[in-house]
Amino acid sequence: MDLTRTPEEEEFRAGLRTWLAKALPSLPPKPSPDDWPARRAYDLGWQRMLYDAGYAGLHWPLDAGGRGATPTQHLIFLEETEKAGAPYVGANFVGLLHAGPTIAAEGTPEQRARWLPPVLRGEEVWCQGFSEPDAGSDLAALRTRAWRDGDDYVVSGSKIWTSHAEVADWCELLVRTDPAAPKHRGISWLALRMDAPGVTVRPLRTLAGSTEFAEVFLDDVRVPVAHRVGAENDGWRVTMVTLSFERGTAFVGEVVACRRVLGELAREAHRNGRWDDPVLRRHLGRLNAEFRALWRLTQWNVSEAQSTGGVPGVGGSVFKLRYSHARQELYDAAAEVLGPDAADLGREWTLDRLSSLSYTIAAGTSQIQRNIVAERILGLPKGR
Amino acid sequence: MRFQLTEDQKALRDGVRGLLAGRFGRAALRAAVEAPGLDRTLWRELGAAGFFALRLPEAEGGVGLGLPEAVLAFEEAGRFLLPGPLVATHLAAGEVAGAATGETVVTAVHGGLVEWLTQADVVRGDTAGAEPLRSVDPLTPLHRVPGTAEPAPLVMLLTAAEQLGTAARTCELAVQHARTREQFGQPIGAFQAVKHLCAEMLVRVETARVAVYAAAVTADPLDIAAARLLADEAAVRGTRDCLQVHGGMGFTWESDVHLYLKRAWVRTQRGESVTESEERLARELLSGTG
Ligand SMILES: Cc1cc2nc3c(=O)[nH]c(=O)nc-3n(C[C@H](O)[C@H](O)[C@H](O)COP(=O)(O)OP(=O)(O)OC[C@H]3O[C@@H](n4cnc5c(N)ncnc54)[C@H](O)[C@@H]3O)c2cc1C
Repeated sequence: MDLTRTPEEEEFRAGLRTWLAKALPSLPPKPSPDDWPARRAYDLGWQRMLYDAGYAGLHWPLDAGGRGATPTQHLIFLEETEKAGAPYVGANFVGLLHAGPTIAAEGTPEQRARWLPPVLRGEEVWCQGFSEPDAGSDLAALRTRAWRDGDDYVVSGSKIWTSHAEVADWCELLVRTDPAAPKHRGISWLALRMDAPGVTVRPLRTLAGSTEFAEVFLDDVRVPVAHRVGAENDGWRVTMVTLSFERGTAFVGEVVACRRVLGELAREAHRNGRWDDPVLRRHLGRLNAEFRALWRLTQWNVSEAQSTGGVPGVGGSVFKLRYSHARQELYDAAAEVLGPDAADLGREWTLDRLSSLSYTIAAGTSQIQRNIVAERILGLPKGR
Repeated sequence: MRFQLTEDQKALRDGVRGLLAGRFGRAALRAAVEAPGLDRTLWRELGAAGFFALRLPEAEGGVGLGLPEAVLAFEEAGRFLLPGPLVATHLAAGEVAGAATGETVVTAVHGGLVEWLTQADVVRGDTAGAEPLRSVDPLTPLHRVPGTAEPAPLVMLLTAAEQLGTAARTCELAVQHARTREQFGQPIGAFQAVKHLCAEMLVRVETARVAVYAAAVTADPLDIAAARLLADEAAVRGTRDCLQVHGGMGFTWESDVHLYLKRAWVRTQRGESVTESEERLARELLSGTG
């Protein structure tokens, strides 16, 4: 057990702070939350700034275009950027946090060279085409088909709840390449160009009123066989790698953000008089304990992933379960602090409260995470 | 930063676990319930193994280790439900003659209670007006005291470590039972309602574990307050869920589940109250250093 930072790490932190203090004031104004093309441009612009300053892909391997930094440096990066109020990954979420790492772990040298640098340079946005209308929790039941035709696959089917599909250049796409095989065996993981002929994106409105996800229809879309990551019909294994990144490490930065929000809640309560309510104070105190522990859990998971060669383990499900519920509690507490203003959609915390509701669903529901913890960590039998 | 245990720390944990498994296994635990009383021989053996002198400098005859190691040892004590004023004696090592070696049994006023008052050789704190209670935990005799002592962060940290051990053990017991007990023609662990209870137990254990270990590294009073809240939660809710998984058998005296549950309840009374910990963590949010 060692939570100390080395002098090099502290030096890294100091350098980053100095850079952030200079870089952030030069950012353009934040776009409106509904304007996705503007948000894409903003998020990519920030990614480009990070790249130019040498802060892109810190913890990615060197031969994947990353900096090969220690996980601790990556954690320092997340802490410092969040504390300084830097933009969140946003539209770059999938590319930076799970499609990219999957390609780095499973792709061929050509695939790494083709897809990873544009993600780091802020040139290309990725989305995730896993879920289908009839295959959500039961992801392996997916039906989108891919037939071999020469050097291409011809893909037909549909995907749903695809976040950022409208503004994405590439999609990590799961397709069925062998319908005769048992359902987990006949799947392949492809990289699909979103502007390929036959791809139609229809925005879906979320309960928060925004269009951050979409339905994607695929009608005889040609995808080169060379764009398959992993072997044909071995896509389920590759998918597990993607999901372990998505559940294991993708939310790390958000925990820091939640801790900041918690401090803001306390100060707002102090300002508007709600602080005098001991029940509310105790609630906020408990949330402080909760998010301190969640931060430690991220440190633990990153430390574990490091010692097992970089791919996070099923421990990510433990984190995801606890975090997704804590985040919802945080914004419920925000509503207690806001009082009548909690009914105002113009308040950032009200919108955040709405979007927190997706955390126990997206990336695998809480029920699915509990199954994973019970069966894969505790060894309980599969069953009803 | 490397959060995991070092090889030495794993060896220490395994050593304590081995000692306690040999000396205070299930049979000994049940025997102690039938004939309560402090086992002085075991106490000296713990002393000889360095349990009390763990953090005492080697120059003073101690083992010279730190809080993280002490937390690992106390986690094991909590796992085996080892009875006695372990925290008070450990904290008295180097200050009270004989505490380090286990010759002297030391107890102290923690919160509004004193554990093992009449069996201890030395009592720290003001025990004027102490009244015996019928302790809810058959393995922890208790007295109530009118005043309360200033809460010591280390008492709370080591107690949190015991709660963690108890929580981890009850999760294991629940899982073992769920794997073997059959109803409707299959192990009850195949039913999702049971499976999910067990999964939540593990999530609470792992969350408490990182909080307790981190607090042992930083020794920061706020980290300790957070660790105690999460460890209390993991132990109290975990033992209750463990009872639920055991069904009617869990409600019997023969099953061990109630022993874990009762000890977890008693430990929540040590140090400052839960409310005080929550208020302390709330105040810190205002100071903006969180
Ligand atoms: C905001 C948001 C963004 C998303 N982004 C993407 C994306 O970018 N790409 C993508 O591919 N997908 C995305 N998703 C989809 C998400 O992964 C699925 O919604 C999720 O996996 C659940 O599937 P489902 O919606 O079909 O629910 P269902 O599977 O129909 O589940 C409905 C309910 O039944 C429960 N249930 C189902 N099976 C079981 C079981 N075996 N045991 C117990 N309970 C069960 C579930 O827990 C849930 O409560 C997103 C979802 C949201 C909300």
